[in-house]
Amino acid sequence: MRLTADMIRLAVPFLALAALLGAVFWLQPRAMSYTGLNLLFNLAVPIALATLAQMFIIAVNDLDLSMGAFVSFVACVTATFLNDAPLVGIAILAASIAVYAALGVVIHLRQLPAIVVTLGMSFVWTGLAVMILPAPGGAAPEWIRAIMTVKPPLVPMAIAASVLIALVAHLIVARSSLGVLIRGVGGNERSVARAGWSVLRARAAAYALAGFFAVLAGMALVGLTTAADANIALRYTLLSIAGVILGGGEFTGGRVSAVGAVVGALTLALAGSFLSFLRLSPDWQIGAQGAILILVLALRLGLDAMERRRAAR
Amino acid sequence: MISTVPLLSVTDASHRFGEVRALGGVSLAVAPGECVGLVGHNGAGKSTLVNILNGGLTPQEGTIATQDAQVKWDVGTARAFGLRCVFQELSLCQNLTVAENARILHRADFGLSWRGPARRLTQAALDSVFPGHGIDPRAEVGSLPIARRQMVEIALAFAETTSPPRIVILDEPTSSLDAGLAGQLLAHVRRFVEAGGAVILISHILPEVLDHATRIVVMKDGKVVADRPGGEFTQEGLVAAMGSTTAAAARREARPAIAEGTPVVSLAPARGLPIRASRGEVVGLTGLAGHGQTELLRRLHAKMSSGWRAPRAPGVAFVAGDRQLDGVFPLWSIRRNLTLSSLRALSHRGLVDREAEVRVAEEWKARIGIRSPDLGLGILSLSGGNQQKVLFARALLAAAPVVLMDDPMRGVDVGTKREVYGIVRAEAEAGRTLIWYSTEIEEMELCDRVYVFREGEAVAELAGAEITEEAILAASFVGAKAGAA
Repeated sequence: MRLTADMIRLAVPFLALAALLGAVFWLQPRAMSYTGLNLLFNLAVPIALATLAQMFIIAVNDLDLSMGAFVSFVACVTATFLNDAPLVGIAILAASIAVYAALGVVIHLRQLPAIVVTLGMSFVWTGLAVMILPAPGGAAPEWIRAIMTVKPPLVPMAIAASVLIALVAHLIVARSSLGVLIRGVGGNERSVARAGWSVLRARAAAYALAGFFAVLAGMALVGLTTAADANIALRYTLLSIAGVILGGGEFTGGRVSAVGAVVGALTLALAGSFLSFLRLSPDWQIGAQGAILILVLALRLGLDAMERRRAAR
Repeated sequence: MISTVPLLSVTDASHRFGEVRALGGVSLAVAPGECVGLVGHNGAGKSTLVNILNGGLTPQEGTIATQDAQVKWDVGTARAFGLRCVFQELSLCQNLTVAENARILHRADFGLSWRGPARRLTQAALDSVFPGHGIDPRAEVGSLPIARRQMVEIALAFAETTSPPRIVILDEPTSSLDAGLAGQLLAHVRRFVEAGGAVILISHILPEVLDHATRIVVMKDGKVVADRPGGEFTQEGLVAAMGSTTAAAARREARPAIAEGTPVVSLAPARGLPIRASRGEVVGLTGLAGHGQTELLRRLHAKMSSGWRAPRAPGVAFVAGDRQLDGVFPLWSIRRNLTLSSLRALSHRGLVDREAEVRVAEEWKARIGIRSPDLGLGILSLSGGNQQKVLFARALLAAAPVVLMDDPMRGVDVGTKREVYGIVRAEAEAGRTLIWYSTEIEEMELCDRVYVFREGEAVAELAGAEITEEAILAASFVGAKAGAA
C-alpha cells in the first residue's frame, strides 16, 4: 500500500512517542512498570485536554494565546468555588465556556485577529485567577481527586484516560457533523457558507468546545496537584500549540487530528521526564525540550516534502 | 418540450462595485428543459450574474422570481429551490474527504448517522455522471489530482437529494477534464436537461456551447447583447457578438515598427509560443483571465531577478495587479510607498536622505499627476486609481530596463487609465521594455505586439495592425479560427 501524506502525518507523532519512550526505558528500566508509567504520564492528562482545546481553535484557522491563563483560572475556580460551593463553581465554569463561545462570535463578526483577542483575554483570566486565589492554596474536590487517582487494572490511569479522551475527541472531530463543519470552516470558509451553513455558529461552537476541554484540563490538573495557583498552567499555552502541531495538525487549512493531538501532548510531557532522567540541569531543560520539538517538526516537514516530490512526479 | 413558464427569472438586474458597473440591467429567464450557454469576455458580467443567481449577491436593482412567486433570494432559498452551482475555481474543502464534502454541500440531507449515506450518495452521484470514475469517497480531496476534484464537485452538484437539482450552473466545468471526461459530463447534461432540469453552461470552448446549448446568451460590458436559440449561432457569429459593434471606429495611428533587435526578454515555455520582447517595445499579454498570464509574468520576474542577493541595478520591476494583496503598504505615507524601490539611491551612509526623498517624490507627483495635497498623507487617502499611479511610479523609479505589469488597471477609472497609457508609451519611447498583462482588450490596442493566452500557453501572436478585438476574441476561445482576418 502506498504511503500517503496523511499516513505520514499520523505516523510521525506515534514514532516520536515510541522513540522517546524507548529512550526513557533504556535510561531507567524501572519506569517500565504500572507505577512508573503512571508517574511518567500523570501530568500528561491535563496537557492532552488543553491540547485538544487548542486543536478546536486551530481547526478554524485561529490561535488561542490565553489557553494557559484560562486553564489556570479554571484550576483556581475548581480549588475554591467548586470545592466549597459546587453549584456556584459549576455556574462559573459554564459561564466561562459561554464567554469562549462569545469570543468566537466577536472574532468572527468583527473580523478581529484571534491572536490579539485571546492575548488580551489572557490578562483578564490571569487577573480573575489572582483575585480568586491571591496565594497558592485551595483544595481539590474529593470526587475529582478520586477520579484522577483511580487505579484501573492492567493499564495505569494516565494511559487509560488518554486513550478515552482521544477516542471521545476523535468522535467529535472526525465523525460528527459538527466536527466536519468545523474542519470545513478551516478548510474553505466560503464554500461552507455557500452551502447555506452559518459560519458564525460553527466558529462559536468550535470556541465553546475549546472552552469545554480547557475546563476539563483545569479540573484534571487540580485533581493531580490537590491545590491551585494563579500561574499554575501558564506553560500550557505554548505546550498546547506545540502538541497540536506535533500531532500532525497544521496552523491553517483545518487539518487537525484529535488522536495526533493527544499523542503530541504525551510526547511533550515525556520529553520533560526524559531530560530529567538524563540528569540535565533544569536550566537547560526548557531549551532541550525546544530542541526535541524542532527535531520532530523537521522530521515531519522533511517527510512531507519527500511525499510532495513523489506526488509531483 | 420546452415549457414556457420559467423556473427562475432575473429581471433588470444592475450592480456596481465601487466605480465599476458590473451589470447594467440584465434579464435572464431559465425554463425547464433548457441548456443555456452563457458566453462573454472578461468583465462581461458573467460571474456577477452567477453570483446573483446563486443568492450570494443581492443586486442593487432588479428582481428575482421563481415560477411560483417573487421571493427573497439568498443562498439558503436558492439551495432549497434546487439551484446548484459549480464554480470556476474549485470550491471544495481540501482538508475533508469526498464524503465529508458531500455532508457539507448537502446540508439538510443527513441525520446523526451520516457517514454511510454520504458515502453512498457520493458513489451514486459519481457513478451516474462519470461511470467508471475510480474515485474513493473516503479519499481526502486535497490528495486527488485536479481533474478528479472537479469531477467530485460536478457530480455532487447533480446529486439527487431531498431538494433535487432543478438548475445547475456550470462555470467552465471542463477546464481541467480531458476529452473523454468532458464527453461524459456533457452527455449527462443532455440527460439531465431532457428529464426536465435546466443547466447554465459557461465555457470558453465554443464548440461545446454550440453543440449542447439549446439557447445561447452573449454578454458584453454588463449587458446581454444576444439571446437566441443555439442553432442560430455559428462560431464566427458568436465571436462577432462578443466584440463591440464599433470595433473599427477608433483605429489608432500606425506607429513605426520596432526594429527587430536582440530581444531583452525571451522565454521559451514548454508549451505554446516563445515569448520575446525588444528594447522600446510594449508587449501585451491577453486572453481570458486566469489562463496563465500571471504565471508567465511571475516566471519572467523570477528569471530576471537574481534570487538571494538583490543586485544594485535591478533588471526588472513589477507592478502588482492586486493592490491590496501585494502592492501598497497600507500604513505608510504616499511618499514612502513611492520611493521604496530606490532607497539605495536615496540613502547616504545607510540612512535615508529625507530631502532627496521629498525631492524625488515631488518630481514624480508632478510627472504622473498624483492627486494629493500632501505626499506625507497615508497611501489609503488616495483613490484606487491614484494608488495605482503610485505603484507605477515606484516601478519606474527603480530604473529597471524591463517593467512587468500584472493587470494594473483593474478597477481604475477611465481618466486615470488614459493618463497611465500616456506614461506607458512615453517610457517605451525612452527605451524601456514593458510587458503588460491586461484583461481589457482596448488596452491591448496600445501595444506593439500581443500574445493571446489560452489554457496556460500563448496560442497566438499579433503585431501592429493585426491587434484587433476580433482577432483577440477569436484566439481566446477554442474552436474559433485564430486571426480570422
